[in-house]
Amino acid sequence: MAESRNWFLEELERRGVSRRDFLGFCGVMTSVLALPKSVGAQIAEAIENKEKPTLVWLEFQDCAGNSESFLRAGRPNVADIILDVLSVDYHETIMAAAGHQAEEALAKVVEEKAGAYIVVVEGSIPTGANGVYCTIGGKAAIDIAREVCGGAAATIAIGTCAAFGGLPAAAPNPTGALSVADAVPGLKNLINLPACPANVENLVGLVVYYLTFNRFPALDKYRRPLFAYGKSIHDNCERRAHFDAGQYVEDWGDEGHRIGYCLYKKGCKGPVTFQNCPNIGWNENTNWPIGCGHPCIGCAEPDFWDKMTPFYSHLPSFPGFGLHSNVDKVGILATAGVAAAFAAHGFVQLGKRYMHGKQVEAAVEPAAAEPSKQSAPEEKGDQS
Amino acid sequence: MTHVVVDPVTRIEGHLRIEAEVDGGAVQDAWSSSTMFRGIEIILKGRDPRDAWAFTQRICGVCTTVHAIASIRAVENAIGAEPPPNARLLRNLIMASQMVQDHVVHFYHLHALDWVDIVSALSADPGATASLAQSISDWPLSSERYFAGVAERVKGFVERGQLGPFGNAYWGHPAYRLPPEANLMAVAHYLEALDWQREFIKIHAYLGGKNPHLQSFLVGGQATPLDLNQQASINITTIAAMQQLIAKAKNFVEKVYIPDLLAVASFYKDWAGYGSGVGNYLVYGEFPDGDGPDAPLFLPSGVIRNQDLSTVEPFDPDKVTEYVTHSWYDYDAGNDQGLHPFDGETNPNYTGPQPPYDRLDTDGAYSWLKSPRYDGLAMEVGPLSRMLVAYASGHERVQELVGFALGQLGVGPEALFSTLGRVAARGIETLVLAEKLDGWLSELADNMGRGDLAICDNSKWDPSTWPKECTGAGFHEAPRGALGHWVHIKDGEIARYQCVVPSTWNAGPRDAMGQPGPYEAALIGNPVENPEQPLEILRTVHSFDPCMACGVHVLDPRGRELVKVRVQ
Repeated sequence: MAESRNWFLEELERRGVSRRDFLGFCGVMTSVLALPKSVGAQIAEAIENKEKPTLVWLEFQDCAGNSESFLRAGRPNVADIILDVLSVDYHETIMAAAGHQAEEALAKVVEEKAGAYIVVVEGSIPTGANGVYCTIGGKAAIDIAREVCGGAAATIAIGTCAAFGGLPAAAPNPTGALSVADAVPGLKNLINLPACPANVENLVGLVVYYLTFNRFPALDKYRRPLFAYGKSIHDNCERRAHFDAGQYVEDWGDEGHRIGYCLYKKGCKGPVTFQNCPNIGWNENTNWPIGCGHPCIGCAEPDFWDKMTPFYSHLPSFPGFGLHSNVDKVGILATAGVAAAFAAHGFVQLGKRYMHGKQVEAAVEPAAAEPSKQSAPEEKGDQS
Repeated sequence: MTHVVVDPVTRIEGHLRIEAEVDGGAVQDAWSSSTMFRGIEIILKGRDPRDAWAFTQRICGVCTTVHAIASIRAVENAIGAEPPPNARLLRNLIMASQMVQDHVVHFYHLHALDWVDIVSALSADPGATASLAQSISDWPLSSERYFAGVAERVKGFVERGQLGPFGNAYWGHPAYRLPPEANLMAVAHYLEALDWQREFIKIHAYLGGKNPHLQSFLVGGQATPLDLNQQASINITTIAAMQQLIAKAKNFVEKVYIPDLLAVASFYKDWAGYGSGVGNYLVYGEFPDGDGPDAPLFLPSGVIRNQDLSTVEPFDPDKVTEYVTHSWYDYDAGNDQGLHPFDGETNPNYTGPQPPYDRLDTDGAYSWLKSPRYDGLAMEVGPLSRMLVAYASGHERVQELVGFALGQLGVGPEALFSTLGRVAARGIETLVLAEKLDGWLSELADNMGRGDLAICDNSKWDPSTWPKECTGAGFHEAPRGALGHWVHIKDGEIARYQCVVPSTWNAGPRDAMGQPGPYEAALIGNPVENPEQPLEILRTVHSFDPCMACGVHVLDPRGRELVKVRVQ
């Protein structure tokens, strides 16, 4: 172990990273992971002492958006060292080797590091037509996934496609696309990091957690780490006060939009979406979608392409909500209404559902949260 | 005759397979196959056209803006929405910064390792490397000590035997020709460019909330409010921040990317004689420098045939057709005809080998890509096409930079029609756009200063204001070339949707006449010293910057079931 400690500290020095910067990074990671600050020192200790674990990154029905997100890691700069602490032995988007030499690199990990490597999966896995909708090196994605995930210490399904099926699985799911969990049932240590794409800081957080405590963090019912997906966007939104005060964007570019009013009436899905975007932001906390004036589209939730669309239709109304309501009551009742709607359906289904190519009218507004005409917002969106 | 298969082709977006016949040290014939299919256009059917941009955006996370742009343009064209001048400027900034970032990433992270041998860099002398770097650029990070540090870092990698993503590659291949010092310089800049791209793309966080998958597009405009005095808007602080990002980007392109490109190219001039491809070039044109349908485009549209730079034909959208003769789809009236995107049909019919397989049946259908043709001809699209059309149309800055690059390398204009020409054109385009960004940002700031804060044509937001039935087309120049979306809207819903994508133009298979696609044509005659290590094939394929997830699409205008796939 002494050898790897030396190597790591040398690596830091080579990159001009002082020990102080490194400890500062560990402090930031405790925030991302929602751990007490005192754990920072423990994280530092653990990372310094770790051997370099092997990671392979598989891409199936993907757009490489999560790979690109991975390349944006950088807050603070030492974060890419943390990713370097992993030996990334297979990642088609960045690896130098190609063709059978690339396949050999993967086979070597599966064989020599059996039960000890981490696999990241990006993209859904098509199961229709014997797997011909995605082949790599002539092999079906499903067969590759079974073999590589089956032999891994842990599988991280990154992005909503790998975690929940995502866009390829949106109705009518032309290729029989499945999430990793559904395509390869029974995997041990499967963790979902959804969002479209996933925020790299949550991947870094997950890896740091694993290196520090030698186990994975607490998960919710969708196998998402609570540290990143434990609270709704709405609960932490910087525009929440405007929601509570009944101040909404009515038209794109109007005064309310410029001031930063709530985007609820423009279709924001923040109330039913669980992720830490408002806390950690994107691109090293430069901004986030609501910060740039566009509603949340709910991208970290299962089936969001079907259940959160039409994106610009607002969530169902609820008693006490709306511009004419008593401002003091709105916040409490509105929150209760959203909670009730969420509890009633798991998700609030908007507009039309698409089932096997047929359009099926679905419940637009949960019965539990039926609005009275008087208290509903004047503009009801474009639900058809 | 040796049959060479490269699958997966790595350092690209998506899943690409190349098969080639190699004899006498050169490629005799080649086939390009896309091996992944999602069916996004089918998924779009029946949905709200204002949502389509988010769906199509997910076609690709590398060129993460391009399908969103083409989609909102197609829907705006259909319903008659007119984005205000500020939306045009915001989009120009988004599109051009995408292109600049994407091209730099392509050069260093996707393409460089075809020319640069990392292991050779270990034997470089840091002092000589510093002299080399200082001789071609006054970039400040060019000291002996700096390069010694980089060499140490690379040495650490190699000595630990954990090469990670650099493992099992073709290091030491005789086709690598750079001296160790040039290799070390390039490796240092590979690492710098990783930091640079992460920093520069923050401009997309200001303009789109995040990258990848910006979230500020709207049918009719953009969602980023503008107000110099508001925290929740693009304001004076964010404009200053973007100005700084643009200035740094231009500096990096001028002082690192272009000098590296010319330095590397000077050792590989013979690659100006390989990879010419189909010799026809198609450009839709991009970056409106004014408003309305007839606004001038900063990079002009046009068509060049047979490498003839004396004539640029106007682009006619009616001449675009797609063939499926060698694709895994069927046409009702037979697979030998071409169909225009508005009449397009796609009935998937997989007739390839059942996985796991060793070889495709290249006499039959062998790809999930169709074969787009213009006036019946295969066309190359992308940076080379754009620079050729701009050059031939009299674009002064492009002419100046093309002349400069050719002069530096001591080659004539015919060198442009090649693998090396493609690499050079991408660099020239990056510089032209890096220089242009600041002007668009200033124009935006001027508008805001005058009190013009409009960002969206709200008059067409409500679907009740749309015609009952309408069609529209949206054209865009993506980093990888000409992109078109065609949409048919009925009763406020998408009735059909079709994308014809740059990598479909470039990577598509043969058509009914047997004409190869641009990748296939470019590979013929390509040298292959060792069929076990077909490094040279990667050079030419990567020079196109493949983006395979973009290329595969499907339309089913008659609502057919899509699961009748036959496996033979």
